[in-house]
Amino acid sequence: MNLPVLAGAVLFWLAAWALNEWLVRQHFAHPTAANAARFAVPLLFGITILVLWEGIVRGFGIPSVLLPAPSMIWQRLVNSLPTLTADFRQTFLKAVLTGYALGCGLGFVVAILIDRSPFLQKGLLPLGNFVSALPVIGVAPIMVMWFGFDWQSKVAVVVIMTFFPMLVNTVSGLAAASHMERDLMRTYAATWWQTLVKLRLPAAWPFIFNALKINSTLALIGAIVAEFFGTPIVGMGFRISTEVGRMNVDMVWAEIAVAAVAGSAFYGVVALAERAVTFWHPSIRSGRA
Amino acid sequence: MREESFFRDKLLPISTVVLILIAIWYVAAIFLNAPFERDTAARAGSEIGFSEIVRNTMAQERPVLPAPHQVVAEIWDTTVNKAITSKRSLIYHAWITLSATLVGFGIGAALGVLLAVGIVHNRAMDRSLMPWVIASQTIPILAIAPMIIVVLNAVGIAGLLPKALISTYLSFFPVVVGMVKGLRSPETIQLDLMHTYNASSAQTFWKLRWPSSMPYLFTSLKVAVAISLVGAIVGELPTGAVAGLGARLLAGSYYGQTVQIWAALFMAAALAAVLVMIVGLAHTAVLKRMGAKA
Repeated sequence: MNLPVLAGAVLFWLAAWALNEWLVRQHFAHPTAANAARFAVPLLFGITILVLWEGIVRGFGIPSVLLPAPSMIWQRLVNSLPTLTADFRQTFLKAVLTGYALGCGLGFVVAILIDRSPFLQKGLLPLGNFVSALPVIGVAPIMVMWFGFDWQSKVAVVVIMTFFPMLVNTVSGLAAASHMERDLMRTYAATWWQTLVKLRLPAAWPFIFNALKINSTLALIGAIVAEFFGTPIVGMGFRISTEVGRMNVDMVWAEIAVAAVAGSAFYGVVALAERAVTFWHPSIRSGRA
Repeated sequence: MREESFFRDKLLPISTVVLILIAIWYVAAIFLNAPFERDTAARAGSEIGFSEIVRNTMAQERPVLPAPHQVVAEIWDTTVNKAITSKRSLIYHAWITLSATLVGFGIGAALGVLLAVGIVHNRAMDRSLMPWVIASQTIPILAIAPMIIVVLNAVGIAGLLPKALISTYLSFFPVVVGMVKGLRSPETIQLDLMHTYNASSAQTFWKLRWPSSMPYLFTSLKVAVAISLVGAIVGELPTGAVAGLGARLLAGSYYGQTVQIWAALFMAAALAAVLVMIVGLAHTAVLKRMGAKA
């Protein structure tokens, strides 16, 4: 056991905690300072976790097979950039993005198509809700059998996973415009198409973006898990499962770090797009004020 | 407004869509399985007629897409005709998965509620923890599942707990988010009333915040229970396909037993439906007890 390292980490943790407690109690006159404080608190918390992790691993001498220290993972990540890039390209750029675009697109189009038939909506909506509670990921082995080992089968899994949330959210979004507003469109003698484009789609955007956000994480999970069922010798899921077998846990963590950054960035991009498109929505207006 | 009728607005549309889906399934089964039949016929040097193809595609040993009745037959065979303790019984595998799901869900829900209470009552926790709770979910945790399982196995923790931990990680998030929203749902006017009663913060919590968070809690519990089933299934993949629905899926994909995969899938779907339904029933029961209408 390495006591000084451990004590240092715990001290850092306590100091950071105290600083955080102090920061949230401050009232900054300047808006920039307040903003900086708002960013600093979670950032400090994250750094604290890393320091504590490093301290515990070194302090207790935990073998790296169980839990490698952050510094070791970082080293591994920097050293094996080419492999990680290849995996990223295979899983994220090919499987996730294609599947996400196709799945969300299909869900959206089907929702518009069944918009004019209340009968189909009543039939499809409960089913869609039901399917989103199902372990859809289980279709992965079937898709691998149908579409082969390469990224096409992962695209198929992602499409199936993202289709239903999009369908359900778009349908309920299209129903979000109120009667008053629809009656107004009617008094303008607006066609179904005009009502859709000028009133109902804008009103549906918050719902659609909700689905896009849910799907951004679902897509990545779907693609990675689908790779456990068979894949060519490249890909994030493949790398994770094989390196676990070879007990290279630091490589697994490096891959997870890449996946986490990619997932967060993906989510962040969707969230930014949401801010730009639904700038009128109360939840976003209040965020700006 | 006309009266909502169960038959016209629920049963009829849903069953129509389900019937259409089954019909599509049969047609797809014929088309996807036909090449195999043609190949066999060509190899035997004989011609095969359309009606014969249709008949054969309904009963292949290892079809590309099994026909619905084959899946139903397999489910019936592996649930009713096998002893529950048998390793070939689907109920046995479903029970393994279900136990991991329930343990994980229980821990996850408890952890989620505790975190939410902390977040609502402590500003530093709110500011520092909440962003990371959200960030923790952008990590594809299912991807870490094999590592957690293998590593815990190496330390000597095997069996139920590692799978349950994955379920826990997945299920605590919706509960935290829902509960934070729910505990904050009382309006200022209600909080002020508690204030005029000179209620302590514990009293405010138990008599106002906790009851008003119930609808939010149950909505997130539904999501959580569904997602912890997914966690348990994925957690079974790397253990070498020993037992559980996930193992059944993996074994099926190794040996090309498509009917077995589909049967396991339907079992998982049924399990998810039952779990969500139970939470839903508990929701209605609690709301009724609290005196809510309908």
